[in-house]
Amino acid sequence: MAPLIELTHIVKTFGGVHALSGVDFALKAGSIHGLAGENGAGKSTLMKVIAGVHGPDSGQFLVDGEPVHFRSARDARARGIAMVHQELSVAPDLSVAENVFLGAQPVNRMGTIAWGRMAREASEQLKNLGLDIDPRARLGDFPIGVQQLVELARVLFSGARIIILDEPTSALSPPEIARLFAVLRRVRESGRGIVFISHFLDDILEISDEVSVFRNGLRAAHADVGPGIDKTWIIENMIGAGRDELGESYLHDIALKARKQSPVVLEAEGLTLEPFFRNVSFQAHAGEVLGIYGFMGSGQIELARMLFGKLRPDQGRLRIAGAIARLKRTTDAKNAGVGFVPESRRLMLFREEPIYRNISIAFLEHFSKLFLRPGAERAAAKVHAERLGVRPSGVEARLGALSGGNQQKVALAKWLTRPPKVLVLVEPTRGMDVGAKEDVVHIVKSLAAQGMALIVLSTEPETVLSLADRVLVMRKGELTSEFADCAISKDKLLAAA
Amino acid sequence: MADGDLGAKAPGFDLGRIFRDQLRNIAPFATLILLVGFFSIAAPSFATLGNFENILQQVSITAMIAVGLTFVILTAEIDLSVGAIANATAIVLTFFTAQPDYVNIQNLPLPGVLAIPLTLIACAGLGLITAFGVTKIGIPSFIMTLAMMQIGAGLSAVLVRGQIAYNVPPIVRTLGSKTLYGVPWIIIVAALMLLVAHLVLSHTRFGRYVYMVGGNREAAEYSGVNVRFVTGAVMTISAVCSGIAGMLGVAYFGSAQQNEFDTFLLDAIAAVVVGGTSLFGGRGGIGNTIVGLFVLGVLNNGLDYVKIDSFLKILIRGVILLVALVINIYAERLRSTRTLNS
Repeated sequence: MAPLIELTHIVKTFGGVHALSGVDFALKAGSIHGLAGENGAGKSTLMKVIAGVHGPDSGQFLVDGEPVHFRSARDARARGIAMVHQELSVAPDLSVAENVFLGAQPVNRMGTIAWGRMAREASEQLKNLGLDIDPRARLGDFPIGVQQLVELARVLFSGARIIILDEPTSALSPPEIARLFAVLRRVRESGRGIVFISHFLDDILEISDEVSVFRNGLRAAHADVGPGIDKTWIIENMIGAGRDELGESYLHDIALKARKQSPVVLEAEGLTLEPFFRNVSFQAHAGEVLGIYGFMGSGQIELARMLFGKLRPDQGRLRIAGAIARLKRTTDAKNAGVGFVPESRRLMLFREEPIYRNISIAFLEHFSKLFLRPGAERAAAKVHAERLGVRPSGVEARLGALSGGNQQKVALAKWLTRPPKVLVLVEPTRGMDVGAKEDVVHIVKSLAAQGMALIVLSTEPETVLSLADRVLVMRKGELTSEFADCAISKDKLLAAA
Repeated sequence: MADGDLGAKAPGFDLGRIFRDQLRNIAPFATLILLVGFFSIAAPSFATLGNFENILQQVSITAMIAVGLTFVILTAEIDLSVGAIANATAIVLTFFTAQPDYVNIQNLPLPGVLAIPLTLIACAGLGLITAFGVTKIGIPSFIMTLAMMQIGAGLSAVLVRGQIAYNVPPIVRTLGSKTLYGVPWIIIVAALMLLVAHLVLSHTRFGRYVYMVGGNREAAEYSGVNVRFVTGAVMTISAVCSGIAGMLGVAYFGSAQQNEFDTFLLDAIAAVVVGGTSLFGGRGGIGNTIVGLFVLGVLNNGLDYVKIDSFLKILIRGVILLVALVINIYAERLRSTRTLNS
């Protein structure tokens, strides 16, 4: 019997960069195919090709043994291919039944919605998936796991036979995961195929019949789940075919320092902000780069925003330089000695303004009580831009004209006019070329050497490993492990998360 | 610019690029010149010094309101309550001033030294309510000021009860309707307000915050700028500017009554937007507002000179406003595509 879908030697490039360079992939009927790989390894590109979002540059794509050329996601849906994204696309204010039938509500003879029939049929659909809930209740009142199952029910109801699940377990608790897996097994028994993408390798191994590992736009490994196919096997294939071959310095064991003797600058005690993170406690020391690693959606972004006063915790205490800090707004955090560089340049920079105004904005009060002194602003901006090696070196240029790496340097320079006690950096090297990354690493290390405490939060293991002196791992909103004064490598970090 | 290698194409002189960058400044100015040219040819008595003074006088009250509105629009907010606040403030002032016997309203006559500060406090208070609603409760400024528009109109109605009040304190009477060496005080006050606002916006720390918050609200917040304070402050400034316009307006028109300032909302918004201040915040300023005021003033005044149907006049103003909006959005789009390409 032909597989549900079969892709052979798929190539996809974006602006000359190979996202997929000759990938083979097949999904059998009545099976679950797990997909692992780092961010940017090509998993999502391949899934977008399957779901009709991207057309492949070359290669063959068969559905039920027939070649297909999807021009849109609509074409793919017509062949029974559906995707459930990590960010659910449910309508929380509509009822459960309306969500199951979204876009395809049953109508009666008058052409109006047949509410009774819709509720009955939705209830049946959900019971088939082992979910017994009131179809008339508002969907948003249910936990995220239930919402996810309702979206899955909608996808199944719409006739999908090939279902792509993107990170379905990242927001779920263990009992919710067990229920999801029970549902997925039922779906599998009905002869449909599921692609299961996840960073949680244990989940992949538990539910999948076969597993594919992606690396650098290629399928690095593929095997049926069975003896010998374990977490170590997946991790080794994710980061290189065996520890011996690893040339890149990031992949060697990195010796972490223990620098606990220096004073504590920032101390978190039992910080909780539902539903993002719970009971988070840690200390950041002067002269230390503290790395916090976790997958997307593990609560780091929210933790970082809370440290800068943008979000307020439900519980817990934050001390900065020994004093309890109640941060009501970002200005309070800045005044308490916290600096912050968010994960996206859109959130931190004024593209239309000249470089010097982007740098002076954080501490404008030190340049001007009432009237502006642009001369002083320019002079200070010039000093810091030059120190960090911003190219081009003029501070009058519009910020939007700079490259990404240089924009990031400007975002760092903004905090250096009055060095803060703690500098919180989220994804500080994301999307940069190698040279710019090295510059940022160098800047961060030299700031730590001057006695600043730096907290680096990232979903990329390389970023954390290349920067941090000490590493905390955040998993589903909790700090689960700490690495200090030991040797660590990427595989150990991945295994801990 | 700093380095030659910034522009991918010819560095220094690229007319197309300069035009795209400056479209929002060029278009209003070109419109003004065209209008002045047209009316000068169509009506010989238009281009006289006396009429120039007329135009200035006619736009003075709009100018005072537009000053506050410039702050608001620069932060990418909107204030729809300006006309109603001006009206309410005008009526509060007459409430605190002794009225002739035939004006049959209950009021609380006070000397001018008390009446004027109390009135200013009242309009600042209305602005603070708007500020509270927008920044603390989180009501979008469009909706919040819509409610304040109704509240301002309601206060006016309750205080004046369908009557017309005439008296205002002497100092207000002077500023609104007298002249200084032949120049109407109202023009001087409007010019001073424009000047002070320009200095605040382009030369003070607060002004910089206004532009930065409008340019990228999130980036401002993540730079430690107190975005709520800045937003609240511009809403309050707008209310006070409208209040001053209302107070002098009583003297200028000679009386205070309900719905007296209704048309000023649209005129003031039109002046700011026609002048080229971005509706998305962060670009523009008092210079643009001045050009916008002249465009509006010349248009309103000139249409009287060419003896056009007064009903058609409203339609023409609407069309001009629409064209200005199109240019405003278009200028924004040109800028963002350029940003994406670079």
